Amino acid sequence: MSTVTAAVFEHRSPVRTLGWALPALVILLALPFLVDQYQTILLAYGLVMGIAALGFNLLLGYTGLLSFGHSAYFGVGAYSVALMVKYLGVTSMELFLVGAIVACVLVTAVFGVACVRYTKIFFGILTMALSQVLWSLAFKFFWVTGGTDGLRVPTPTLLGAITGKGDKIAFLATAYYYYVLGVFVICVAVMWVIVNSPFGRALQAIRDNEVRAEFIGIRIRQYRWVAFLVSGVFTGLAGALWVPLNGLTTPDIMHWTFSGEIVFMTVLGGFRSFTGPIIGAIVFNYLKTYAVGYTVYWQLLLGVVLVVLVLSLPTGIVGTADRIWKRWRAR
Amino acid sequence: MDIIIIHVLNALLYASVLFLIAGGLSLIYGVMRIVNLAHGNLYAFGAYVSAWVVGLLVARAAEGTAPSIALLLLVLPAGALAAAAFGALLEPTLLRPFYKRAEEYQLLVTFGLLMIIDDVIRWLWGPYPLTASVLFENFGSVNIGESIYPTYNFLVIAVGGLAAVFLWAFIYKTRFGVVLRATSQDMRMSAALGVNVNRVYVQAFTLGCLMAGLGGAIIVPSQSAVLGMGVDALILSFIVVVVGGLGSLEGALLGALIVGVVRELGITFFPEIELAVLYLIAAVVLLIRPAGLFGRA
Repeated sequence: MSTVTAAVFEHRSPVRTLGWALPALVILLALPFLVDQYQTILLAYGLVMGIAALGFNLLLGYTGLLSFGHSAYFGVGAYSVALMVKYLGVTSMELFLVGAIVACVLVTAVFGVACVRYTKIFFGILTMALSQVLWSLAFKFFWVTGGTDGLRVPTPTLLGAITGKGDKIAFLATAYYYYVLGVFVICVAVMWVIVNSPFGRALQAIRDNEVRAEFIGIRIRQYRWVAFLVSGVFTGLAGALWVPLNGLTTPDIMHWTFSGEIVFMTVLGGFRSFTGPIIGAIVFNYLKTYAVGYTVYWQLLLGVVLVVLVLSLPTGIVGTADRIWKRWRAR
Repeated sequence: MDIIIIHVLNALLYASVLFLIAGGLSLIYGVMRIVNLAHGNLYAFGAYVSAWVVGLLVARAAEGTAPSIALLLLVLPAGALAAAAFGALLEPTLLRPFYKRAEEYQLLVTFGLLMIIDDVIRWLWGPYPLTASVLFENFGSVNIGESIYPTYNFLVIAVGGLAAVFLWAFIYKTRFGVVLRATSQDMRMSAALGVNVNRVYVQAFTLGCLMAGLGGAIIVPSQSAVLGMGVDALILSFIVVVVGGLGSLEGALLGALIVGVVRELGITFFPEIELAVLYLIAAVVLLIRPAGLFGRA
């Protein structure tokens, strides 16, 4: 059944990777000076979703498990921030991130124990069912979560000093953008180390041949559980970063259709490459924002994009670009 | 006492509609091993088509004579037929290229379909709910003890029950059923024995969509057709098939009954966690019996 091609992740030397990453970083750093505030905030959304998709792809691309419930961890991150504001009066962004990570570790550790016993479609359905449990709790316990009205989150204090008093838009487009970029760079670096470590290699071995991986002494379930945990925490961190940007968290981000969007952006970029999910998330963010602004039938547009993508470009943007690049060089 | 009877009837009402939707989903999975995320949208499509046809007749009759209830009942299954036709069109064009590819792609393409059909419905019928309540009101109500209960609901329960009986007879007592079961058990072997597998796939998919459409068609007189009904229905039918076992019709029936009873109990006694309890039941069944209560391991 599974005709997934064997490991396509090439081992690239760190030096060569920096050759790509540094110019990209310079562009991202310079962008707030080049484009207007709206575009910068839009890009901040894209970077946040990039972290979520990067975490998600540790499961799909590297471990071979398709989760249809990652909205849950995004939501846990977002709601733990909102609840810290509501009940503890916290305003420090660093405390938000720590709180979100702790909450996500707890939730993914429990969910993970249940989910990693399965693979393929059952894994997908179980993750989806568990995420829907959280969604329905956020939806129904309105005296805690605000129900469909959601919870408002004011602009946080960054690094204990920088606040958004006064012009909120300017704060989001400069200080907060750079904060998101900083966390994004750390996340990408950490994920890069993870997937290129022996642990990351073991995950790919499990993905490609479970039985053989077990024969060489890899404890499959344990490895999958850790991958699940790391993946969920990355996505939860993205949720925590997303809340101040959005100013509001609603149960929509816990619904399984949001999980579908995370899958969508990962496949759009290409789940067979490290950078694919990041590119996919940023592109998807623009695609969705402009589609929503352009037509009420934006879902139709995105649906057609997804079907065409899966039918004709299953390797996504990065995979296709890579193929074209190689063909061009071979000439 | 009469309160208990009404609760039981309501549970059966939920179960009937859920069985039609989830039974279709399960049948399609059982035969072609594909989980159709757009299945709930076919149910919504059936509901919209039926409400639209009934609405047309009522609007035309407003000028002259009122349409007879018999006529309206006769056109009500239009939604089921429309959903079946839609399904017969979808399977060979969009789904067939995916049988040989990894499961991720099948889920993604049906997720894309879900988004597309959602908006096609919005485009065809607009963002406002579509009703066919004429039928529901015309049936009136019956007295159960001190309480009153809509007569139309009995029709829904009857259709759900009849559908279960017909489906059982169809699958276990006809030649087509034998071919269907054989294909479901071993697609290669039945192809080797001369079964036209592609045709069986189209037929099974169409039958599954017909059931979903029928579910939409019979429920629309009592609840109007609204946007988003498909996604909600899909999640509930997921719970049904997970509890009962993916690919098993007996399982879908039992699962629908369990979900129907729990929902009715939940709405009465624990409304805040009604949905959470349903999802937890699904998760617990998956943990204890991954293949579901009736599933093949």
